[in-house]
Amino acid sequence: MQTQSLVYLDRVSKLYRSGGAEIYAVRDVTLAVQAGEFFSLLGSSGSGKTTTLRLIGGFEQPEYGEVYLNGEVVTTQPPYCRPVHTVFQSYALFPHLSVAENIAYPLAIARTPREEIDAQVRDALKMFQIPELGDRRPHQLSGGQQQRVALARALISRPKVLLLDEPLSALDAKIRDEVRQELKAVQRQTNLTFIYVTHDQDEALALSDRIAVMDQGQVQQLGTPRDIYDAPASLFVAQFIGKANFLRGTIVDVAGDRATVLVNGLALQARLSSPAPALNTEVTLMVRPERLRLSSAADTQSSTHFLENQVSATLTQSTYIGAVQELRLTTAVGDLLTTQLGQAPIHASSSFTLSWQAEDCLVLPVD
Amino acid sequence: MPDVSSPAIAPRPQRRPWLLGVWTAIALGFLYLPIGVVVLMSVNQSRILSLPFTGFTLDWYGLALADAPLRAALGNSLKVAAIATLFATGLGLLAAFAIYRYQFWGKTAFRLALNLPILLPGVVTGVAMLAYFSSLELGLGLGTVILGHGVFGLPVALGPILTRLGQFPTALEEAAYDLGARPVQVFRDVLFPYIRSAVVAGALLAFTLSFDEVVVTIFLTGRDNTLPMEIWGRLRTNITPEIAAVATVILTVSSILVVASQRNSAPPSA
Repeated sequence: MQTQSLVYLDRVSKLYRSGGAEIYAVRDVTLAVQAGEFFSLLGSSGSGKTTTLRLIGGFEQPEYGEVYLNGEVVTTQPPYCRPVHTVFQSYALFPHLSVAENIAYPLAIARTPREEIDAQVRDALKMFQIPELGDRRPHQLSGGQQQRVALARALISRPKVLLLDEPLSALDAKIRDEVRQELKAVQRQTNLTFIYVTHDQDEALALSDRIAVMDQGQVQQLGTPRDIYDAPASLFVAQFIGKANFLRGTIVDVAGDRATVLVNGLALQARLSSPAPALNTEVTLMVRPERLRLSSAADTQSSTHFLENQVSATLTQSTYIGAVQELRLTTAVGDLLTTQLGQAPIHASSSFTLSWQAEDCLVLPVD
Repeated sequence: MPDVSSPAIAPRPQRRPWLLGVWTAIALGFLYLPIGVVVLMSVNQSRILSLPFTGFTLDWYGLALADAPLRAALGNSLKVAAIATLFATGLGLLAAFAIYRYQFWGKTAFRLALNLPILLPGVVTGVAMLAYFSSLELGLGLGTVILGHGVFGLPVALGPILTRLGQFPTALEEAAYDLGARPVQVFRDVLFPYIRSAVVAGALLAFTLSFDEVVVTIFLTGRDNTLPMEIWGRLRTNITPEIAAVATVILTVSSILVVASQRNSAPPSA
C-alpha cells in the first residue's frame, strides 16, 4: 500500500479559476515519499512544484484527490495540525522577535517548559554554528545566517517532514554552495524526510535521493538523479536536465533493448528505455555531450574504436570554460556538442572522429 | 589608467543654496509665528490678550489650573477623546481586517463609506447626526459627542492600520501556522506585533482630532462643555491670557502625541 509511505499524494489536483477558465496548478499528481528520503520537486516557474509543496504543508487544499501523512488522510487539515514544517523562500523570520525567540517559537506554542526551551535553543544555535547570534534581530543577520535560523526554527520541534521552498535562491552563488553542503549534512544527521522545491537542476541532482520533474502541473518523470539524467523519459525531461544532443532519425531495427536508427542515412546504435516504437517511425536520439569521445581521425590506436557509433567530424567552434572545453562539431548526422577535459587547445583545422556507446544514446519519442 | 598625478577635482559649485533656506524660513514663519505669539502671550504679564511683552509670569498657568469650569471641560475632553478613540480604533482595526483579508461584493463602496466622515464637511456630519439623534430621541450630551467623534475617528484610525496590513508579508503568517500556531495565536504573536505601531499611530491621530474638535461638537453637545467649546465660549466674553496658557498646554501635549505617532508609523524592519 502506497499509503504506508510517509507522504503520499493520491491523484491530487489543484485548480485556479481565472475569469471563466479553470487552470490546473497541479493535475492528477500521485507520488510517494519514503521516510528519510531527500526528495526534490524540480521544475520551472509555473510547473506546479510550489503548489504541490503547499498542498503537503496544508496551505492549499486540493479540489481532487487526497493527501496522506503517515498513512492518515490530512487533505483538509490546517497547517498547524500537520507534523510538517516549512522553510520559506523568504525565510519568514518574525521581525519583532530575536533569533533565539524565533527558534523557540514552535516550542513555546507547544507549551514546552521554559528550561527545556532554553536548552534546546542553545543546542540548536550550536548545531547551526551561530551560538553568538541568539540575541540579534533577524534584520541584523546576513542571508546565510537567516537561512540557518529558518532551518533551526523549522527543525527544533522535530517534524516528520521538512518542506523547503527554494531555500537557496535568495543567497549569493558563493554561499549557496556552502549552505547546500550544510543542508545535505543536516538531512543525513537528522535522518529527516526533506521535500525540496527547486528550479535549479544542479541543486536537485546534487542533493536528492529522488527527483520528480514537474511541468504544467504534472509529474513528467520520477526517479533517482541518475535515472533522470541518463534515462530521461521524455524529450522534455532530456532538454530540461543538463545539456544534450538531439538527432532526428527513423527506427529500422530492434533487438532486445538495442535499436538501430537511421540518421541522415547513417545507421546508429541506440538504447531503448521505454517500449520500442513501431519500425519505420520517427524518433529522437539523445546523447549527452560528455559521453561523446573525440579522437583524431588519423589515430587508429585509440580505444574509441570499440564504441558502436563512429562519425567523422569537423570542428567549427571551441569555447574554453575553465574546467572543460566545449566543442561544436559538424558531422554527417548533424551538429554535435561535446565537452572535453584537458587544457591543450584543440584546433579547428584538423578532422576528428566522434564515437559513442549505444548505451549512452537513448531513443526518445519525437516530442 | 587613471593619472595619479592629476590635481584633485574641485566640487561643482552649488547655485545660491541660501535662497532655498530663506524661502523655507519665510514659509515656516508664516505657519508658526501665530502659534509662537500665543505662547508668548501666555507668559506675558499684560491683563488682556495682547502684546507688547511687559514681563514674564507663569500666573496665567496657575489661574487656568485653578479654574473649575476649565478643569471640568478638560476632564470632559479627555473622557470623550479616550472613549471615542477606543471606539474608532477598535472598529478601524476590524474594518481594516475585513478589507485586507476578504474579497466581498461592494468592497470599494464600503471603503468609500468608511472614509466619508472625513471627506464630508463637519457641518454636514454634525447636522445629520443631530437630526438622527433627535429622531431617535437620544438626549444630547457627552454620549452623543463620543459617538460623533468616534464616527470621524474611524477613518483616521483605519488609514495607517490598513497601510501597514498591506505591507504584511503573508509568509510570516503562513510560517506561524506552519510551526503550530492556531489563528488566535497567529494574530497575537505575529500579525498584531507587526501592525501594533500603526494601531498606536492611528489611535493617537484619532485622539488628537477628537480633543480639539469643535464643529461636530457644537451640534451634539448638551450642557457639558469640552475644552475647545469652553475656550470658544470665553473668547467672546472675557479674553484673558489664561486662554493662551491653556492653548500652550494643549499645543505641547498635541505636539508630543503627533511626534509619538510619527515615530510609530515606520514598519518593523524585516
